[in-house]
Formats: sequence, structure tokens, C-alpha cells
Amino acid sequence: MNTENDVTVAEMPPPTDSTQPAADGLSTPGTTNPPQIRITVQPGAATEETKSHETRIAVKDLNIYYGPKRAVRDVTMDIPANAVTAFIGPSGCGKSTILRCFDRMNDLIPGARITGEVVLNGEDVYDRGVLPVEVRRRVGLVFQRPNPFPMTIYDNVAYGPRRHGVKDRARLDEIVEGSIKRAALWDEVKDDYRKKSGLALSGGQQQRLCIARTLATEPDVILMDEPASALDPISTLKIEELIEELRQRYTIVIVTHNMQQASRVSQMTAFFTLSSDDRAGYLVEYANTAQIFTNPRQQLTEDYVSGRFG
Amino acid sequence: MRRALVWDRVATGVFWAIGAFVVAVLGAIILHFLLASMGTISLDFLTSNPSRTELGGVAPILWNSFYILVLTLLITVPLGTIGGIYMAEYAGNGRLPNLIRLSQELISSVPSIVVGLFGLALFVIAFGWSFSAISGALALTVFNLPLMMRLAEQALRGVPQDERDASLALGATKWQTIRNVVLPLAIPGIITGIILTAGRIFGEAAALIFTAGLSTPGGYDFSNFNIADAQSPWSPFHTSTTLSVYIWKLNSEGLSQFVHQIADTSAAILVVAVLAFNLLARGLGRALQRRTTGSR
Repeated sequence: MNTENDVTVAEMPPPTDSTQPAADGLSTPGTTNPPQIRITVQPGAATEETKSHETRIAVKDLNIYYGPKRAVRDVTMDIPANAVTAFIGPSGCGKSTILRCFDRMNDLIPGARITGEVVLNGEDVYDRGVLPVEVRRRVGLVFQRPNPFPMTIYDNVAYGPRRHGVKDRARLDEIVEGSIKRAALWDEVKDDYRKKSGLALSGGQQQRLCIARTLATEPDVILMDEPASALDPISTLKIEELIEELRQRYTIVIVTHNMQQASRVSQMTAFFTLSSDDRAGYLVEYANTAQIFTNPRQQLTEDYVSGRFG
Repeated sequence: MRRALVWDRVATGVFWAIGAFVVAVLGAIILHFLLASMGTISLDFLTSNPSRTELGGVAPILWNSFYILVLTLLITVPLGTIGGIYMAEYAGNGRLPNLIRLSQELISSVPSIVVGLFGLALFVIAFGWSFSAISGALALTVFNLPLMMRLAEQALRGVPQDERDASLALGATKWQTIRNVVLPLAIPGIITGIILTAGRIFGEAAALIFTAGLSTPGGYDFSNFNIADAQSPWSPFHTSTTLSVYIWKLNSEGLSQFVHQIADTSAAILVVAVLAFNLLARGLGRALQRRTTGSR
């Protein structure tokens, strides 16, 4: 750490082999050197550059437009692998829009278009020849409101693999059971998950089912759009514990309105806001979570995390 | 406060009364024809052929009604559902969908007797199918297809966007999403569409007078499966008076002394059949939804 602008995410565990079961990887420090994240901040500048040991998603000069209106302006950021990155900011600042850009869900909105790059594992997801369905398979999305399909728990989880051509029963069984276990739902549903409807579960269980459903497609990245905002505190806690567990194997990006949640679950935090001139969302500050919440470099960030606006 | 409570009571009473009135009208219609058909209705009436000298029965006419109903649904339901999928999922807001929508509305407002005349010119004369079940079924398709399409479209649009997004976010294609998530969820709505369409088809008279004809081959031989033979009950080319047309015919030119009894009883059968059909379709819709979605 040679300058005060260099920050290390101390808790970041080594990237786990994806065939390994998600054990309590938290308690295995020092096996490999943890990836370091260096953040360079130019004083007064609104954009910051992040460099990490391993970058999962590299966003470069991202602009998102809805028709003639620019919704997001010039976002450049590197999202580290096997960590939780939180997007915070006031309503309408474009954080969900950016999130959905990562798995090309914005393609579905008529008139939406982007400029810039979203590079996932070295490949721009907006390249010609890249199929949105392929991107969405590698990048999972968990929605704000739990939205299981009106099918059995088993069919919900098997939905993705089946659409991708997995037909073998034994293989499906294995994927379904593994995904439910990894989503910390197994103990609650193991007796009747083949018969019970996903809609018969409680809200928190439904959200974990949605996470299991996403895990079943074996994504690299899981995007979560305010995944706990419709849940009670106990269910929220379970989701947060699950996120902590999942980051051993996956790269997680979470949009949240709840700043306590951001500080609890994430290693990196990006603060977005609306610009006053054209109402477009832009990235104010991106740094490790501790810094954003205790010692932000931008006055706007300071004002937001201390509750003075937003 | 007191006034508000009084008005609350009044409003509740008015809505209840209107609801009760609707039920009463339906009940009165059913009751009237059930009472009018007492003494005439019997298994014999349902299973014998019409006669000029005795009471006779309506067996072939009842058969024709169901035959035309099924034939029309076989054409209308798949086409209407596919059209509905196009309109709800693919069409967007271009010029073509607007034109389609306009045509749907226009065809729906054309009087059915005019559709009958069109059927006479096209199917009966130009295609040479004469007065037959197929001519009738196609005439019925002309003005029920837009309705079926519209209802299927509404059923599909009623499926929450959440469900589609969830499927797409898992990497499913648009068609996989429609096939596996949207369609199963829309099935109860589509079944309701089929019920409404079926009711109209079963009860329709005007469009059939010039297309399906006013007579029926005397005495059906149900072992005759030659569908090219216009005497076979299975053939789409046989002249097919339906119950509704039969009632109209009896009342306008019936000569038998039993005309009113036969007409009333036919009406009772018509009403009961439509009711039974609705209930059946409803149950079927529920069962289908349970099977395709696995929900309880």
C-alpha cells in the first residue's frame, strides 16, 4: 500500500474451483494470495478507474439511451470476480438499468440502445455475433419481487437446464438438488419439492427458489436487483447470508436501496446519482465498501451515505 | 359520517340488486323453456328422427349442431390462438397489426346474415360445396375467428411481464418463453375465449340458413364413415340444419301440429347444452392449468 488511494479488499477469498462444493470458504484464509483491488481516484473527477486481480466484468464508456433520452452516462468500472459489488444511489439514477445491461435484458425494452462496452470474461456482450440468450445464461438475474413460475419447485429449478437441452433425468435431478442446496433452501423443501408448487412457498423461500433457479443455469455472474426489498427482516438476513456464501463461487452485483445492506454484504460499492443538467445517471464514486461508507472522496457520496439526500 | 354509511348501504344494495336481476333473467329463461318442454322432452325425443305426422325427435339436428360446433372450433381455435400469439407477442404497434385490429372490429360488427350471404356466394356456390356442414362451419369461422383471436390475445397479454422476464433472464428464447410460461398461464383465458365463441357458434342461426342449409338427410347411418358421401353423418358435406336454424324454421313454416312443442323443447335443449358446455369447458380449463403448471 504505497499511497492512500490504494485499497485492499482484505476479506476477498481466492476464486474457488467451480466444481468444488460451496463450503464455508470464508474460514480458509491464506490459501492463495487474495486479489487486490486498486482504486485510483483523481481528485474532483467523477469517474474512477478500478483495477483488480481478476476482473469479471469490465464496463467501458457505457451510455444507455431510451429513445432520445440518455439514461446512463459514461460509466467505466471493473467488477471483480468472486466478490459482491453493490450499486447504491437515489431512485432513477440508473443503477438497475446498468445492472440489466450486463445480461442484455434492456434489449427487451423498445427504443433502448447502448454505446460503450460491457466485457464479460474478455468478450463484449454487445458484440455482433454474441447471442443475448447465451449472455443471459451466463449471467443470472434475480428480481426485486420473487417471481417463481407457477410450477413445482423441481420444475422451476429445472426450467433453465431444460431449455438449454438437458434431457437426462439423472442429470436434471442432480442439477436441481445441487442448486436447491446451494441456495440454502434444501432443508425446507427436500420432502416435497417434486410435488409442491413454487408459489406455495413463503416470500423469502420464493426468493431463494429464484436464486436456485438461476444457479441451475451455471452462471458466472449473478445480478440481483434489490433482492430483499420485498422481504421481511428475517428472510432478508437469510438472503444476505446466502449472498455471502455464494460469492465464493460467483461474482455478484447487487442493487440495493438499503445502505446497511450494502455495507453488510458487499466488498465493493458503486455510488450513482442523477446529474442535475440532463437527468442522466452517472457513476460518482466506486471504491471498496469500507471506504465508501467511512471515508468517501466525493462530497456527493458523503451526503448520500450519511442520509443527507436520496 | 352517517350519510356516508347510508350511501355505502345504498350502493351495496344497488349493486346487489343489479347482480340479482341478471341472475333472475337467466333463471327465468332457463325455467321458461324447461317448463315448456315438460311432457315433450324424453330420451325418445333426443334419439328419434323428425316426423311430419307424429311428435318425432331432433336426433339428426342435435348431431348437426355438435358436428358444426366441433368443426368450427377445430378451425377457429388453432388459427385464433396462433393469431392471438402473433398479435400479443410479435406484432408490436406497426401498421399491419393496426390494420388487423381494424379488420377484427369491422368483421365483428358485420351482421351475421350478411356473413351468411357471403358464405353462400363463396363456399356454397363458388367452391361448389352446396349447403353443407363445412360451408356452415367456414361461415361461422369468418366472424368467430376475429373474436377468438382477440380473446386469445387478451389472455396472453394478461400474463404478467414478470413471468416472461424470469424466463428470458434464464436464457430461454422468446418462443421457449411463450411455449413454456406464457401459453400455460394463458390457458384459462383461452378456454374462456373458446366458451364464448362456442356459445355463439352453437346458438347462431342467421349465418347458417344460407350455408348449412334447412334440411338434413333423413335417418343417419352412423356406420357410414365415408366422408365423401353426403348422406354420411360424419361427412362435412352433408346438409346440416342446426337446432337454432330448426327452431327458426319450425316457427316460420312448420306444418306439424306439434310445432310449438318441438320448438320449445329444442330451445330447452339448446339452452341446457350451452350451459353444460360452459361448465365442462370451465372444468377442463382448470384441469389443464393444473397439469401444465403443476400448481395446486
